[in-house]
Amino acid sequence: MIYNYRSVILVTLLNSLRKYAGGGTIIKSPSVPLGGVLLGIFLVLFSGGCTPNDPYRASEAGANTFYSTFFEPPKHLDPARAYSSEEYDFLAQIYEPPLQYHYLKRPYELIPTTIEEVPSPIYYDKNGKRLTPDSAPGKVAKAVYEIKVRKGVLYQDHPAFAKGPDGSPLYMNLTPTDLKGIDGVNGFKVKGTRELKSDDYILEIMRLADPEIESPVLPIFEKYILGLREYSEALRGDLDGIRKERRAKAGVSYNQEADEKENPIILDYQKHTLPGVERVDDHTFRIILKTKYPQFVYWLAMPFFSPVPEEARLFYKQGLLAKKNITIDRFPVGTGPYMMETFNPNMEIILSRNPNFHYEEYPKAGEDGDADKGLLKDGGGRLPFAEKLVFKLEQEVIPRWNKFLQGYYDNSGITSDSFDQAVSFSSAGEAELTDAMKERGITLQTSVRPSIYYTGFNMDDDAIGGYSPERQKLRQAVSIALDFEEYIEIFNNGRGVPAMSPIPPGIFGHSEGRDGINPYVYDWDSSKNRPVRKSLEYARKLMAEAGYPNGRDKNGRPLVVTFDNPWTGADSTPMINWYIKRMRLLGIQLENRTTDYNRFQEKMLKGNFQIFSWGWNADYPDPENFLFLLIGSNSKVRHQGENVSNYSNPEFDRLFKVMENMDSSPAREKVINEMLAIAQKDSPWVWGHHPVAFGLYHRWMSNVKPNSMANNTIKYVRIDPEIRRKLRGEWNSPNLWPLAIIAALLILGSIPAVISVRKKLGRAKR
Amino acid sequence: MLTYIIRRILYAIPIVIGVNLLTAVLFFYVNTPDDMARKILGEKNVTATQVENWKRDHGYNLPVFFNGAEEGAAKISETIFFRKSLPLLWLDFGRSDRNNIDIGGEIKTRMFPSLAISLPIFTCALVLDLFLAMMLAYYRGTYLDIWGVVLAVVLMSVSTLFYIIGGQYLLGKVLKLFPISGFDTGIDSIKFLVLPVVIGVLSSLGVGVRFYRTVFLEEINRDYVRTARAKGLGEGAVLFKHALKNAMIPILTNVVVSIPFLFYGSLIMERFFAIPGLGSFTIDAIQAQDFAIVRSMVYLGSILYIIGLILTDISYTLVDPRVRFE
Repeated sequence: MIYNYRSVILVTLLNSLRKYAGGGTIIKSPSVPLGGVLLGIFLVLFSGGCTPNDPYRASEAGANTFYSTFFEPPKHLDPARAYSSEEYDFLAQIYEPPLQYHYLKRPYELIPTTIEEVPSPIYYDKNGKRLTPDSAPGKVAKAVYEIKVRKGVLYQDHPAFAKGPDGSPLYMNLTPTDLKGIDGVNGFKVKGTRELKSDDYILEIMRLADPEIESPVLPIFEKYILGLREYSEALRGDLDGIRKERRAKAGVSYNQEADEKENPIILDYQKHTLPGVERVDDHTFRIILKTKYPQFVYWLAMPFFSPVPEEARLFYKQGLLAKKNITIDRFPVGTGPYMMETFNPNMEIILSRNPNFHYEEYPKAGEDGDADKGLLKDGGGRLPFAEKLVFKLEQEVIPRWNKFLQGYYDNSGITSDSFDQAVSFSSAGEAELTDAMKERGITLQTSVRPSIYYTGFNMDDDAIGGYSPERQKLRQAVSIALDFEEYIEIFNNGRGVPAMSPIPPGIFGHSEGRDGINPYVYDWDSSKNRPVRKSLEYARKLMAEAGYPNGRDKNGRPLVVTFDNPWTGADSTPMINWYIKRMRLLGIQLENRTTDYNRFQEKMLKGNFQIFSWGWNADYPDPENFLFLLIGSNSKVRHQGENVSNYSNPEFDRLFKVMENMDSSPAREKVINEMLAIAQKDSPWVWGHHPVAFGLYHRWMSNVKPNSMANNTIKYVRIDPEIRRKLRGEWNSPNLWPLAIIAALLILGSIPAVISVRKKLGRAKR
Repeated sequence: MLTYIIRRILYAIPIVIGVNLLTAVLFFYVNTPDDMARKILGEKNVTATQVENWKRDHGYNLPVFFNGAEEGAAKISETIFFRKSLPLLWLDFGRSDRNNIDIGGEIKTRMFPSLAISLPIFTCALVLDLFLAMMLAYYRGTYLDIWGVVLAVVLMSVSTLFYIIGGQYLLGKVLKLFPISGFDTGIDSIKFLVLPVVIGVLSSLGVGVRFYRTVFLEEINRDYVRTARAKGLGEGAVLFKHALKNAMIPILTNVVVSIPFLFYGSLIMERFFAIPGLGSFTIDAIQAQDFAIVRSMVYLGSILYIIGLILTDISYTLVDPRVRFE
C-alpha cells in the first residue's frame, strides 16, 4: 500500500522533471541520470518500512536492545584509570568490582558481586594482636580484609585467553599479517575464557601502582594500602631505568614515544613485593591497610578494584595492537553482564550480552513502596534483561531530545531548552510531566544527586576569612543574601535542593526538618512546616555587627570582594549578575574575575582569591566523603587537597578523626551534628545546593529506579521491544503532503522564469 | 613543472616550521605543561608528584624552545618543541596526550565520514552555484536576476545553525522523512547523508551564487562573447563553452584550494548530525589541552593548504595556456 502511493508520487515527480527538461536545452541531457539518481535515493530512503526517519537498520526493529546516548567520548575504559561518570556508564556494565550497591534499597547498601560476602576488616595492633572492631584508630596498625572470590565466575570470551594446541597463548607476538583486516578484538577468530581468580584482583591493585597507567586514585590508596607507596616508587624506578637504558642505547635521536609505541614496556610486577595484598589461594586474597579506614569497602564497589587478567595485560602490551588503537583502554575484558561489541567513540558504543555471565537475580526485596511501583515484579529473574546496549554519540541537545521524543532513544535527561516542554510544576511546587509527555506514556524519575555546588570563602583572606565572631557574621550575612532558592528557580528550573550543610539528602548524617536546618541562615516556620530564609534586614544587622554597616567599613569605604569562577556557558553572565545583585543588597561590591579554567585552578592552588564557586561529586555514600572537604589537613593551599576554602578549625578536625572511623550509628550522627554546627557557625561556604537529576523514560521501560551511587544498573532494566516497535511506527509515519505543496509552489514559481526563458530564446533566434 | 613543484615544496618547509613554532608559542602561552597535566589527570585528588610524573613520562618536563641546561645542539634538541615537532616532518603524529590513541590512525578513520558529507556538499553546491549564477548573469537586469540576487543575499544572511536546526525540525521531526541525526556505513549511510547534504548545499548557495554571478558578469560583457553570439552560437554554447571556460581562473582559485580541506570536515554540521568525522577533532583537543593532537592537526592543515595552493597553480595551466610554471 505504502509502496504504491510512493510509486505514484515518484512517477509523477520524474514525469514532471522530464516535461520540464523537455522545454529547454539546458538540462535536457542530464535528465535521465538525474531521474536514476533520484529513484535510487528514494528507494534507499523509503525502502526500510514506513518510518524513513528511523536511524536504525530494519533488522534491529523489535530487538531487545536498550538505546541511549552519550555526550562525550569516554577517554579511558581501563578500570585503573577511568574516573568519570561518562566512563563508568560503559565500564560498570563490563567490569565487576568485588561489591556493588543494592539496586532498590535505600539508604545505599553494599552487596557482593563476584565475591562470597561483604568483607569485614580484622584489626591488629603493632604487635600483631587482634583487636576488637570498635578499637580506637590510634591502636590499629593493620586492617585486614579477607576476600573470598566466588567459584565458577568466567570472563567474557576474548582472544587474550585463546590458546594454541600446545596450550600457549595463541595471539602473543602478533605480526602485521596476523592483524590484517583486524580493527578490534572481535576480529580475532579464536577466543577463550577462564575462571576468575584472586590473582586477577591482586593484579589490578598492582596496576594502580603502575606509573604508565597513571591511576588517579594512587595518591589516595598510597595512604592506606600497606606498602603501596614503596611498591609504586619501585615500579617508577624500574620504568625510569628501562627508559634511560633505551635512550642511552639509541643516542640523541631517540624518540621515546615512537619507541614505546613499537615496543611497549612491560614492567615486572613480581620483581617487588607488595605487602598490602596477600594471595591465600586461587579464590581467596587479602588486602591489608596500614590504618583503620571503614570507608574502604565503598572503594571496593568502584571499578578501580575490578579484576584484570594477566593474559589481557600481556595481550594488550603488543606494539602492533597499540598502533591500531586496540588497547585495554578501549576494549575491556570483564566478567560483567555485557561485553564490548563495537567501540567507535566518535559514533557509537555497542555492548552485547556476555554469554558467560554468572548467575545473578533481580532483587526480590527493596525499600517500602517499591512493590507498589511494580519494581519487584521481576524479583528472582535472571539478569541482564536487555540483550544489547546501543549508545549513540549525540553532542547536541536538540537532535538528542527530538530523537527521544520520536522513540529512538529509550531515556533522556532534560536540558534547560526542553524543560518547559517536559515538566511543569503543580500548585504545591511538585514537578510533574506536561500533558504532551503524559500522552506518550513517558515517566519522570527524580533523584537528589550525591553532590554539592557551593560558593566558598578563602578562609586565609584578610578581608573575608578568619574565625573571629565579626568574620563569622560577615560570612553568615552573605550566606543569607545569596538566596539559593531563587538561584535554583532561575538557573536550574527548580532542579535542586538548597543545602543546609555539605551532606546531601540520602547520605548518612543528613537531617531533614527542623533539626536539619542551618540556624544561621534559616528559621523554622512551624505553620508551613518548612525552613524560611532569614530576612535581609537581619543580614544587614549582621553586617553592621561585623563592622560593615551598609557594606561600609569604619572609614566609610565600601567592602569590595572579588569573585573567581571559570564560567563560560550561556548562563554565566546572568549568573554573575545575580551574584553581584544579591551582594549589592548588603552594600558589598562584588568584582567578578572570570578566568579560563587553567588560571582559575592556579588561583585556587595559590590561594589568590576571596570568593569562588566550586562543586563536589561523592565517590561513595558516606559523610566522610563530604566532611573531608573541610578538614585542615586537606587544605588546597597548604596540602594540595580538596579543601579549597582552606578552612581549618581544630575542633572540627578533631571530631572528623573521631567520625571517620565510626560505623554509621546514633553516636556517629551526634558527632556529625557537632561538626556541622561548627561549620555552619564558621560559614566557610555558602552551602549552595544539591542538584536534582530529572530522567525521562519511555513506557516500554520497566524496573527503572534512579540510583545515584551505582553505575551498573542497566542490567536490571527491562525493555518491551514490541510496544516500542509499535509506538515508533505510530509516532513516525511520514508526512508527504507538505512536500507536494512545496513542489507545487516551486513549479508555480518557476513558470514565469520558463516563460521568460522561452521569450528570450525566441528573441535570440529571431 | 616538476622543478616548479619541488621549488614550491622547498618554500613550504620554512612555512610549516613557522606554523609549528607559532602553534607551540600560542598553545603554551595559554596552557602550561602543569595545566595540561592537571587537566588530563582529572580534577580530583591530583598531587604535585602526579603532575611532575606525567610531565616526565610525556616529555613535557623540558623547556619549550631552549634548554640552557644542556650543551651544544642539545640546547635545541632537548626541548618540547624539537622533540614533539621533529617526527611531524615524516608525518608521524604520535599519540594523543589525553588518552594515548594513535593520532594518525584516528585521522584516517575519521576523515572518511567527513568526506562522506563534505564531498557531496562541495560537488552539488559547486554545480548548482555555477548553474544558477550563470542563469542570473544571463538574465542580468531582469526581475529574475534582481529577485535571484535578493534571495541569495537572504540565504547568505541566515546563520548555518538556523538551516541545520530548521532542516532537522522540518524534514526530520515534522515531515519525518529523514533521521534527525546519525551515521552508518555503506549504502545505509545514504539516509543519514541526504539531510546534511541538502542543508549544506542550501546554506552555501547564497554566497556561491553571488560570487560566481559576479565572475560571469565580467565575462559575459567581453568582446569574445559578443563575437560568439554574432557567429550564431546558441546561448547554451556561449555560456557553457565560452564564458565558463574563460571564467575558470577565479573559479579555480576559489575551488581547488578548498579541496584538500574537505578531509577536515565541518564542526557544526558534524556535531548536529552526529557524523563521526574530523570536524570536532581539533576543537575537542584544544578544550582538552591535548597538544599532541593540536600540533598534528595544525601541521596537517598547513600542509593541506600548501597542497591546495600548488594544485591551484597547476590547474591554472590546464585552463589557461598563457600561464606557465616559472
